Amino acid sequence: MATTPSTPAPKTNRINLSVLEYKGGKTTLCAGCGHNAISERIIDAMFEMGVKPESVAKLSGIGCSSKSPAYFMSRSHSFNSVHGRMPSVATGAMLANRNLLALGVSGDGDSASIGIGQFVHLMRRNLPVIYIIEDNGVYGLTKGQFSATADLGSKLKTGVINDLPAIDTCALAIELGATFVGRSFSGDKKQLLSMLKAAIAHRGTVMLDVVSPCVTFNDHDGSTKSYKYMKDHEEPLQDINFVPHFEEIDVDYDPGSTLEVTMHDGSRLRLRKLEQDYDPTNRIDAIHRLLDAHEKQEVLTGVFYVNPKAPTFLDLLNMTDQPLATLPESVTRPGREVLEQCMEELR
Amino acid sequence: MATTDVTLQDAAGRLERKPIVNDMSIQVGTVNGSGSQSSNTVLLRSIFQMGVPVSGKNLFPSNIAGLPTWYTIRANKDGYIARKKEIDFLIAMNSETAQEDVMSLAPGAAALYDEPLKLNTLRNDLIFYAVPYDKLVATVCPEAKLRKLVKNMIYVGVVAQLLDIEMAEVEKAIRKQFAKKVKAANLNMAAAQAGYDYAKANLTKQDPFRIARMDKTAGKIIIDGNSAAALGCMFAGVTVVTWYPITPSSSLVETLIDYMKEHRLGPDGKATFAIVQAEDELAAIGMVIGGGWAGARSMTATAGPGISLMAEFAGLAYYTEVPGVIWDIQRVGPSTGLPTRTSQGDILSTAFLSHGDTKNILLIPSSVSECFDMAQDAFNLAEQFQTLVFVMSDLDLGMNNWMSDPFKYPETPIKRGKVLTKEDLNRLGSFARYKDIDGDGIGYRTLPGTDHPAAAYFARGSGHNEKSQYSERPDDFEHNMERINRKFETARSFVPRPEVDTGKSKIGILAYGTSHWAIVESRDQLRKEYNFETDYLRLKAYPFTREVHEFIEKHERIYVVEQNRDAQMLSLLKLDVRTELLPRLRSVSHIHGLPLDARSVTDEIMTMEGK
Repeated sequence: MATTPSTPAPKTNRINLSVLEYKGGKTTLCAGCGHNAISERIIDAMFEMGVKPESVAKLSGIGCSSKSPAYFMSRSHSFNSVHGRMPSVATGAMLANRNLLALGVSGDGDSASIGIGQFVHLMRRNLPVIYIIEDNGVYGLTKGQFSATADLGSKLKTGVINDLPAIDTCALAIELGATFVGRSFSGDKKQLLSMLKAAIAHRGTVMLDVVSPCVTFNDHDGSTKSYKYMKDHEEPLQDINFVPHFEEIDVDYDPGSTLEVTMHDGSRLRLRKLEQDYDPTNRIDAIHRLLDAHEKQEVLTGVFYVNPKAPTFLDLLNMTDQPLATLPESVTRPGREVLEQCMEELR
Repeated sequence: MATTDVTLQDAAGRLERKPIVNDMSIQVGTVNGSGSQSSNTVLLRSIFQMGVPVSGKNLFPSNIAGLPTWYTIRANKDGYIARKKEIDFLIAMNSETAQEDVMSLAPGAAALYDEPLKLNTLRNDLIFYAVPYDKLVATVCPEAKLRKLVKNMIYVGVVAQLLDIEMAEVEKAIRKQFAKKVKAANLNMAAAQAGYDYAKANLTKQDPFRIARMDKTAGKIIIDGNSAAALGCMFAGVTVVTWYPITPSSSLVETLIDYMKEHRLGPDGKATFAIVQAEDELAAIGMVIGGGWAGARSMTATAGPGISLMAEFAGLAYYTEVPGVIWDIQRVGPSTGLPTRTSQGDILSTAFLSHGDTKNILLIPSSVSECFDMAQDAFNLAEQFQTLVFVMSDLDLGMNNWMSDPFKYPETPIKRGKVLTKEDLNRLGSFARYKDIDGDGIGYRTLPGTDHPAAAYFARGSGHNEKSQYSERPDDFEHNMERINRKFETARSFVPRPEVDTGKSKIGILAYGTSHWAIVESRDQLRKEYNFETDYLRLKAYPFTREVHEFIEKHERIYVVEQNRDAQMLSLLKLDVRTELLPRLRSVSHIHGLPLDARSVTDEIMTMEGK
């Protein structure tokens, strides 16, 4: 045994950063909260994809979920804004700097109730942003009232039964124009990680609804967003594999049973079909299947819809390649002769 | 006291009066959506081209088509361009309102009307001119469906003949108005000519009003405040514009879109800007804040209801210290109020917009050239002070046409404020976002995307310390709020200084925004008619600068003139000046929704002075 113990060099990614460079502050959420698991998966996905933390803008609204950007990627700028209005802040940030990778973290209350107006318009614009709803069906910070994604008939700890139907944020997102839409479960490490990596590879609005049980207010019998309920009712549509663009493809796949989608950056999303006739490139089928799942009381997970080729909102705006934020005065202030011309037209 | 020198000669309405040259107000009563705006602009421009100072005010309903609308043109040799209370020359085109319009005229005024309306039977102390518009329009416009639009150009010709406006100038104005449509220009010119010829052959001039060529408009431009603001924003280097349509602000952004498409595309045809129509005002300001946080020069334009909706976000920008420019083209509130009428009713609520202790910088333009200049100031101040800056225009300024000297090219470079770059961070090693390094209350910020491991900070609307870490500690909260207040105090020395005319009197007038034009005229009225001299301070910004306090110290009584009910600026002043000076401040407030006129101010001040 050597007298000087040697520690192995930490594993680094393709931009020579260790996973520690993707860590955030210590979480203040409850022990066992699904949101913490999602933060972990975001760290893993960003690390494994070799995303430079400085290129990421983390955005959130208000609520337990919206606190979580503080608990991952401290080297990324972050904006914890107001309740339900993160989409507009994200939109403004992307207009200012089109090179940012925008990661929005919201909750079911933040998105489906107070923020539904901004949510639908973000989806409609297909703005390049990864929008994650950490969905637990209740308002945690205000101690457990139902949110609008709570299923009809689900029960609060206090015994109150939800008598209104749930808003399916995925169906809504697909209908309105988001181009990568899926649902996962904070407890399903492998599926969530693959979907997050594919989200990073996508260009356009990614909407991921991640069921993320609230251990304090919504993890009991009668809840449809508990760990137990999810384990019993989760119906994955596909077995998801993600092959990043910078990795050699070493495994063959069977085109009969697996759909391969080439993402914007050249990465490949491989979806091994668990439902043979489900086609995630067909919007109408996707919405139909989601409505059907509600009828059958299934919690459908997987990639519901993907379209890597649709133009994004930034494409429509035809902006300069250089971010607007850093354009010099020589470009943003027209010359004297322009003012003179404008004045002449008004004489 | 009337401003026209009228002498009634007999009960039959025969009048014998001295000619009144280049001093009159003409009111055109028409139906909304009838194309009268073109005719009115042509009439306004024709007088302007004759070298006579002129202003035009549109009094319109909240309606697409069918409701009554009035346009008032004031020509004044002395350059008074405020609204004039009395109408000297009525052009009654709207059968719905014609009778009431005629009844409201002062004796001696002239009324031009559509022959079938037989308005001349209503009164015998006015001068009437009848014109058979339908007959005339049929001769010049064979296409029946265009007649409604062309009909209005006939009165331009009639008025030109009656007032001695040169037809060459009318033609020039028509060609400018229909610059890209030669056929329409020809058709309208024919209509104007038909009116002129009819008047020459059939009408006998009885009124004293005349336009005579002067040289007081040489080199000047005509523009509305919203267009001036749009130009200003373009030259201020705006990059992100978001908006939600609302009267009277929509035309600001619509004009900006046109200007930017023409002058702000790069050589490769790519835009150096992004303009987004948002889903509501909440999203509009949210995008401004997101853009400002990420380093863009961001703005939106709105009116009172939009300002109310923006309240929560305004507090976020205040507390996270994000720059942005909000144009408030004020209309009459509360609630929907009178959406097409003017007011200064958002001053108090905007100064403190949002919950908690929030204070915002306000800039208050009173002219179209200030709309242009204050656009530069607004963006510079927003970025220097890392806060929202509200530019408090109003409907009168924003949507009406104003005469102005050409705008001056901005000579100061664009000021981006305290932004740390990658190189700065290499030198410094780290930074604390909300630390007051320079003693002015203003911290240093970094922009998202700055390629340095120490660049990031966590912007949050919740309690935070100097390093922008979450904090609920009482001392952190207090220190931070005191520092932000220090920023506001610093801003007193940086906002535009008031325009002060002092040293003549112990009595002062304090006003702001579009009230200015009535004050200029009212001070002359007070001097000429009552031998009552006044000093004057025109505010341009909140927080108040040193000059405001000095002005109040120096005067025994200060009349604070404003266009709202609750003396909103006076209320703000009360919070700022020494208690013993408070009794000096007196309110002169107007809330009728019409642009302020000089006579009302003069009368009210004289009443309060006991004269």
